[in-house]
Amino acid sequence: MASSFTRILSSKRNVGILSLVGGSVAAGFLLHREHVTAGEPLRRRYPASAEYPDLRKHNNCMASSLTPAIYAKLCDKATPNGYTLDQAIQTGVDNPGHPFIKTVGLVAGDEESYEVFAELLDPVIKERHNGYDPRTMKHPTDLNASKIQSGVFDERYVLSSRVRTGRSIRGLSLPPACTRAERREVERVVVDALSGLKEDLTGKYYSLTLMTEQEQQQLIDDHFLFDKPVSPLLTCAGMARDWPDGRGIWHNNEKTFLIWINEEDHTRVISMEKGGNMKRVFERFCRGLKEVERLIQERGWEFMWNERLGYILTCPSNLGTGLRAGVHVKLPRLSKDPRFSKILDNLRLQKRGTGGVDTAAVGGVFDISNLDRLGQSEVQLVQTVIDGVNYLIECEKRLEKGQDIKVPAPIKQFK
Amino acid sequence: MPFGNTHNNFKLNYKVEEEFPDLSKHNNHMAKVLNKDIYAKLRDKQTPSGYTLDDVIQTGVDNPGHPFIMTVGCVAGDEESYEVFKELLDPIISDRHGGYKPTDKHKTDLNFENLKGGDDLDPNYVLSSRVRTGRSIKGYTLPPHNSRGERRAIEKLAVEALTSLDGEFKGKYYPLKSMTDAEQEQLISDHFLFDKPVSPLLTCAGMARDWPDARGIWHNDDKTFLVWVNEEDHLRVISMQKGGNMREVFRRFCVGLQKIEEIFKKHNHGFMWNEHLGYILTCPSNLGTGLRGGVHVKLPKLSTHPKFEEILTRLRLQKRGTGGVDTASVGGVFDISNADRLGSSEVDQVQLVVDGVKLMVEMEKKLEKGEAIDGMIPAQK
Repeated sequence: MASSFTRILSSKRNVGILSLVGGSVAAGFLLHREHVTAGEPLRRRYPASAEYPDLRKHNNCMASSLTPAIYAKLCDKATPNGYTLDQAIQTGVDNPGHPFIKTVGLVAGDEESYEVFAELLDPVIKERHNGYDPRTMKHPTDLNASKIQSGVFDERYVLSSRVRTGRSIRGLSLPPACTRAERREVERVVVDALSGLKEDLTGKYYSLTLMTEQEQQQLIDDHFLFDKPVSPLLTCAGMARDWPDGRGIWHNNEKTFLIWINEEDHTRVISMEKGGNMKRVFERFCRGLKEVERLIQERGWEFMWNERLGYILTCPSNLGTGLRAGVHVKLPRLSKDPRFSKILDNLRLQKRGTGGVDTAAVGGVFDISNLDRLGQSEVQLVQTVIDGVNYLIECEKRLEKGQDIKVPAPIKQFK
Repeated sequence: MPFGNTHNNFKLNYKVEEEFPDLSKHNNHMAKVLNKDIYAKLRDKQTPSGYTLDDVIQTGVDNPGHPFIMTVGCVAGDEESYEVFKELLDPIISDRHGGYKPTDKHKTDLNFENLKGGDDLDPNYVLSSRVRTGRSIKGYTLPPHNSRGERRAIEKLAVEALTSLDGEFKGKYYPLKSMTDAEQEQLISDHFLFDKPVSPLLTCAGMARDWPDARGIWHNDDKTFLVWVNEEDHLRVISMQKGGNMREVFRRFCVGLQKIEEIFKKHNHGFMWNEHLGYILTCPSNLGTGLRGGVHVKLPKLSTHPKFEEILTRLRLQKRGTGGVDTASVGGVFDISNADRLGSSEVDQVQLVVDGVKLMVEMEKKLEKGEAIDGMIPAQK
C-alpha cells in the first residue's frame, strides 16, 4: 500500500477498533476527531434559512425529520473526507416520494456520516426501523448458521432460496462520495480477497469494463448481471458516477455465491440456489462472509461495523444486518385471500414480485422475505423467514383442502 | 456542487494514475484533450467558489458519447472556471469553435439595424422564426454548481428585472413550483414549458438538482418574448413568431435583451461577458453569442438532394428536426439555424441564417420546377 494511504488508513482503523471496544468512547472520539479534522468550513454565502430545501410536497423519512433547526445546525459541518449534509439529502430533495411508498430520502457518503449527521440520521433510522433507537439500543450480530432449525422447505411450493447482504470496507468512502481511486481500491481489495476462496467457493471476477460479449451474455442468462442504476433514487445520490469504472461481478464456479462490487454498496453478497434448502443457502452465506472477512483482515482491512448500527451501508434502510432472506414461493390461493397482507405483517414478512423490489408477482409466485434489518441478528431474521414461510405453505395446503386458515399473532420485534 | 469530489484536498492523497478517469471508450471533446499531464496540473486547483476539475469533467466521464456525435463533455461551474481550467478548456473551445485561439477576441453586436433584409422570407416555406441565447448573471455560480440559496437569489433578481418591463415586453412570471394546472396546460400548448432535464448530459452535471425549486418561465403578453429561468443556464432568452419575419424577431430579441441587461446592471449584477469569450454560459458550446437563430422551413426536395449537407456546411448552417436538438424532421420541415457561436457577432450569425435560408428557399422553388440548382451552390462562407 502507498505510504500516505497507510497513514490515513491506520487512523481510520484505530477509530474502527475503538468503536468495537466501547460505543460511547468511540462516539466521543469520533466527534472530537470530526471537530479537529473536518474539511474547511464551507463558504456559505446565504444563511441556512435561504438554503433550506422546500419539502412541502415531499414524503420521505428525511423530509419528515429535517427541521429548519436541524438543517441550520448541520449544514456547515463536513465529515473528515468532506461529505456534507446537502450531499447526503440531495437524493431526498430531488425525489419527493410517493404518498403510499415512503423512501428513506438520504444516504451516507462514508462511515462518519452516521456520526457527524447523527441528529438527522438517528430519527430517520428510528422511523425506518420501527422504533430502533440508535442512541440507546445495541444491534446483535450472529452469523452462526448451525442455530437454524428446520430450514428446508417443501419444494412443491418453494422454487428458490436466497440470502443477500452488503459489506463496506472501512477507511474508504461509500458509493455516493467515493473518488475513482477509492472505488478502484475497493475493487482491488475485494477481488484480491475473493481470489483466496477455496473449494465450493472458488470462483472468478468479471470486471464490467473488461468483460467480453460472451461473458456478458452468460451473466445475463444466469440473472447475475447488474445494470447501471437508472432509478433517480440512486442516480441523484451520485452512485452511478464514472460507470462502469471499478464495477464488477464475482461468482463461484457453482453459481451459488455471488458478489457485486461497487453497485449501490461497496459489496453486495448473495447466496442462492434453486429449491427450498434455505439452511444450506444461509450456511454458505455465513461461511462465505466469514471467510471473506478473514481474507481482508489478513491484508489489513476490515468491514465497517459498530455496536449501535451493525454493518454500515450506504442506505440507512440497510443498516444492522443489511440482510434480506427470501424465497420464490407458489401461493396462488393464499395470495388471493383477503387476510394475506395481515398474515405477512404479523409474520414480519414482505412480498415482492419475482423481479425484485417494485415488480409484480407472476403466476401466483411471490418473493417473500424479512421486513426487518436492524435490531435483530442474521440468525433471528432467517429463522423468522423460515418459520413464516412454513406457516404460509401450511395455509396454502389448508386452502387447497378447503380448510380454513388463521391469522397468526404478531411476533415481537427486537427480541 | 455535485457529489463526492467536492472536498478536493482529500483526493490529492491518491496519485494521478489512481484518479485519472478511464476514457478509452470515450468520444467527446473533453476526452480528446484531457491527458494525465493536464489532469496532474489542474487537479489541485479550485475556483473561488470551490469548483474543481473533476466537477468540470464529470458529465464527460459519465457520458462516453457517440461515434458520430461529438459532445463537449465538460461544463463550467462559474465564471472563473474558464480561467482556472484554461489549460483544459482552451483546446476544447478551439476544437469546438473552428480553431478559435486563446488570443482571439470575440465581437458582440446586438444592433439589429445592422442586419440587412430578413423581413421577406417566403411564409409559404418559412413557417416560423426564432432567436435564442443565454445569459449568466455575474456574481453567481452556474447551474451545475449553485446552491439552493443562490438559485433562489437568481430567480428573485430575474423576476424583479422582467416584471419591470413594459410596452411590448409587459408580461408575467410562472414559477414551476407553483403554477396551476390551467397555467401548465396553456404553457404546454404554447410550446413554452420546459421539462426537468432527462438528458444524462445535463443530469450528470448536476443541473437538475432540487428541481423544480427556483425554476420558472416568464413571457410577454404577446407570447413573442420568453425567458427560461434556471434551466441549463441562469437565463435563456427567446424571441419568436410565426412566419418569416426574422428581422422583426431579431429586433425584439436585441431590444429586449438590452432592456433586461440595463436593469441587471442597476442591481450591480450585469451579465457575465469578456472580450475573449463573449457571453459566458454553462456549456462551452454556447460561448460567444450563445445565439441560435433559426427557422422552421419546408424543404422536402432540397433536403433529399445529394448536395444538401454540403450546402448547409458552406452556408455555416445546421439542420435539426422540428423538436429541436436530437430530433428528426417531420414532413420535410427542418429547423435550420446558425452553426457558429464564437468568433462572429450576433448580427453576423443571424445574417447567415437570413441569407442562407433565402437561398435555400430559392433552390427549393427551382427543384419544384424540375430545374437544376448546381449553379446556385455557394462558396464556403
